[in-house]
Amino acid sequence: MTDLIEQTSPPEPMPDPEPAGGWTGALRRRIFETLPPEKLLPDTQPAYVASWIYVFGVLSLTAFLTVVGTGTVLALKGAAWWHVSGTGHFVNSLHLWSVELFMTFMSVHLIAKFFMAAWRGKRAMTWITGVLALGVSAFTALTGYLIQQNFDSQWIATQAKDGLNSIGVGAYFNTMDYGQMLIWHVALLPLVASVIVIWHILLVRRRGVVPPPALRGDASASGSASAPASASAQEVEA
Amino acid sequence: MRRGASTEPDPYSFGSRPYDLVKEFVIALVAVIVLTVVLAAAFSSPDVKPMTIASWATSDPGDFTATALTELDGSSATAGYGPPYNSAAPGQQLGPLHIARMAGVTHPIDTVDAFVLKPLDSVPQSPDVTAAITAWKAAGADQQAAWTSAYSDALDKAGGDPAKVAPGAYGPVPLMLAQLLNQAQAGSLEGQLMSENGFYHSDYTLPLMFLADGSDMAAEAQTQHLAGTQWGMMNEVNNFPGQPWLAPYTFWYQISPYKTSGNGDVLVWGTMGLVGAALLFLPFIPGLRSIPRVVPVYRLIWREHYRRQAAKT
Repeated sequence: MTDLIEQTSPPEPMPDPEPAGGWTGALRRRIFETLPPEKLLPDTQPAYVASWIYVFGVLSLTAFLTVVGTGTVLALKGAAWWHVSGTGHFVNSLHLWSVELFMTFMSVHLIAKFFMAAWRGKRAMTWITGVLALGVSAFTALTGYLIQQNFDSQWIATQAKDGLNSIGVGAYFNTMDYGQMLIWHVALLPLVASVIVIWHILLVRRRGVVPPPALRGDASASGSASAPASASAQEVEA
Repeated sequence: MRRGASTEPDPYSFGSRPYDLVKEFVIALVAVIVLTVVLAAAFSSPDVKPMTIASWATSDPGDFTATALTELDGSSATAGYGPPYNSAAPGQQLGPLHIARMAGVTHPIDTVDAFVLKPLDSVPQSPDVTAAITAWKAAGADQQAAWTSAYSDALDKAGGDPAKVAPGAYGPVPLMLAQLLNQAQAGSLEGQLMSENGFYHSDYTLPLMFLADGSDMAAEAQTQHLAGTQWGMMNEVNNFPGQPWLAPYTFWYQISPYKTSGNGDVLVWGTMGLVGAALLFLPFIPGLRSIPRVVPVYRLIWREHYRRQAAKT
């Protein structure tokens, strides 16, 4: 693998093919400057990205898409379908297990990023959107449990209401109102989660994968000689 | 770890390797779909039928009648809940803040009216039941309280079995509750509770609150290890995986003062609000953001990188 690694400059952003005036042109230039195609769809990656732990990012994304896909089938067929159809029950099982995988992958991803201090280098918003994605997903999962139309839903609705009522949220968000929970689960929360996930991915592509910190006393570990690295700023204070 | 934002080296200054992002995505997607299908085929998903008021009233008429009596005399959990259902209690308190009370009563429930009188009024009744309802409505609050108190005591003495209650001065209460039990066992009470909201039904607040005021739903949840003291928030029926990601939330309910305080729910939410904010803004919190250097897992993650760097030097 080592022979594949080469010292390269970061990809040069493609020039805006047709500089134009007006708001549209300004927006296009902004997009090209912020996220050129080479960053959005790169065909190289930094040499230090060489651990299985990185897989949990793309696993989280693909599990999220699987959750959305299986949920879409359940939504198309209607809320009661899975109770009366063997196929529906299987699709519900797919939805359940994709959620379990999604939350597991995302948790591992978050824990790994914590230990990598992945917020370094103007990546705080990447961290924040990641935490938000986990929180919104957990809340979406709760509403999913509430619309199952079985004993689980009944019990969770009557228990979850107490916590939400205690902080005033229950006045507007009624866990026992099936219609309200259905709309939150299949429309509002997936939309919010999707926006956050897309935002998170664009931030990752824009800032790149966080580099390893230099070990104390090892200034050379901060990148090539030409890189604007500062050993003291990147140092891991052992 | 300090952030050192302005001095972060460019990721590509460490060298690069070929990478096919689309290929990685497709492989990951296929792998996740296959894994999901295998798990779904192997373990399926739970679907325990919902408890109905009819099944409850049929299997445990004593508990149903006792619960209906608490709705009538205002001693049920719903009747004394406070906001957002009524003003019988101030709601939970976080320090000086009564957040629930500030949000107000947005889903008003008068348990006498909602759970007893409206269902009885919604169907044609026999003359004696009609007379009983009329007598109840005409009586003063003191008289109503005397009837329900006497009947409650008698029901306790009868071991909770309404059929064994000795004759006494209970006024119209036994007849009203017996008719309500009949409607519940016949399966019509659920529909009557739902129809209080109009023609279209999607709000199950009333039947669920009525069910939850009884003891059978909690008993079933206990059997399914879903109770709060059993870490039930993260559990699922039949030992299926539930919501393990709620472990940090349900943890607080297992320890004092959260599990013993009358303000336990709002204390847990307040605590989780602080924990959540700390996690969200962790990059800006000195001390917390330095934990990764104290627990150097990063050395394991980037071991190849550090090995290469060591070889170079």
